[in-house]
Amino acid sequence: MSILAYNGGAVVAMRGQDCVAIATDKRFGIQAQTVSTNFPKVYRMGPTLFVGLPGLATDTQTVHQRLKFRMNLYELKENRVMRPKTFSAMLSNMLYEKRFGPYFIEPVIAGLDPYDNQPYVCNMDLIGCPNEPEDFVVSGTCSEQLYGMCEALWEPNLKPDELFETISQALVNAADRDAISGWGAVVYIIEKDKITEKHVKTRMD
Amino acid sequence: MLSVSENFPEYAVPGAKQVRFEPYADNGGSIVAIAGDDYAVIGADTRLSTGFSIYTREQKKLFKLSEGTVLGATGCWCDTLTLTRLLQARMQMYEHEHNKSMSTPAVAQMLSTMLYYKRFFPYYVSNILAGLDAEGKGCVYSYDPIGHCERSNYRAGGSAGAQLQPLLDNQIGLKNMQNVTVAPIPREKALALLKDVFISAAERDIYTGDSIYILIITANGIQEEKFELRKD
Repeated sequence: MSILAYNGGAVVAMRGQDCVAIATDKRFGIQAQTVSTNFPKVYRMGPTLFVGLPGLATDTQTVHQRLKFRMNLYELKENRVMRPKTFSAMLSNMLYEKRFGPYFIEPVIAGLDPYDNQPYVCNMDLIGCPNEPEDFVVSGTCSEQLYGMCEALWEPNLKPDELFETISQALVNAADRDAISGWGAVVYIIEKDKITEKHVKTRMD
Repeated sequence: MLSVSENFPEYAVPGAKQVRFEPYADNGGSIVAIAGDDYAVIGADTRLSTGFSIYTREQKKLFKLSEGTVLGATGCWCDTLTLTRLLQARMQMYEHEHNKSMSTPAVAQMLSTMLYYKRFFPYYVSNILAGLDAEGKGCVYSYDPIGHCERSNYRAGGSAGAQLQPLLDNQIGLKNMQNVTVAPIPREKALALLKDVFISAAERDIYTGDSIYILIITANGIQEEKFELRKD
């Protein structure tokens, strides 16, 4: 079995009208055995910037710590917050540095640009090849299911509350068809001057 | 013949040569079947492919086995052909012996047995059987390649099965929905939903596309329909 699917997990991010959403499941397991049901894979990296790191859990934590370190250095040096696009470039570089012994994570980045409030979503493979589409990005062990759900549910210019409903239904229904994702979910809705964190109840099997 | 002294490449090592036989091909394709109170609809895409190339854009993957039973089969196309031919022969034998055509649940059971008979050299086929049961109700049976069989009201299978199934869970099974009443879905809604999920699957699965061939099974017979999908 793939190392990327050792712990299980899923992350999805979507663009809306002047808002973005990112959602993660809460499961942490070792292959088929669930160890914890409180392990969200999405971290807040800035005022309107979030990153999801599904994959091998040890690398999730390591990469998160290294990202936080690099972010702090940037903010001290530059005395300003980082743009999502800059963050993506930084993460992409960090991952490619380990081209021949990679971190086993497939990151998702979601945020609003702090300067012009443009919504931004991005995902990468484990060696940092970025993809910045107009609509949504998915990652994790149920990415196929997520693609099916998002492709059918997503539409342009969703308002924050509609976006919440869409991303929640997409994640929950996709994770229900994956044995190693689910066990609760967290959804973040990112708006210009409001971040909403919602914990979604899901079936626990 | 290669001899070690003449024409033998410098980098090669003389010794045993291995030749592998690969009996299976993956020709892709997806199926969706939905059962209602007095009907069943089943649709399959019409793309037949291997790797990055397409054999044909108009291959029907649905087999009318009787007046009230249709089989959808994808996977290794040569296995599909062999299996369906054998099924048709067995159904004809049944008809001669019992003077009636097989009911859908009877075909479903026979298919399971036939698949398990090849337990250690399976037919590499994803089967979904749709039709009307003895009471005239719609039914869907789905299989794994070695004969595990389950009856349900809706099922997606084939190369885009993973993308299609959660959406059917949500929209037909009404999973993770609040304040909804469970009601049998009308035929028009089932048909519209079937087209919608295939459009989504064709966006992301390279083995699904070109068009969908749909069969609608009712007590009055089997109706045909075709729906275009993206062709890239």
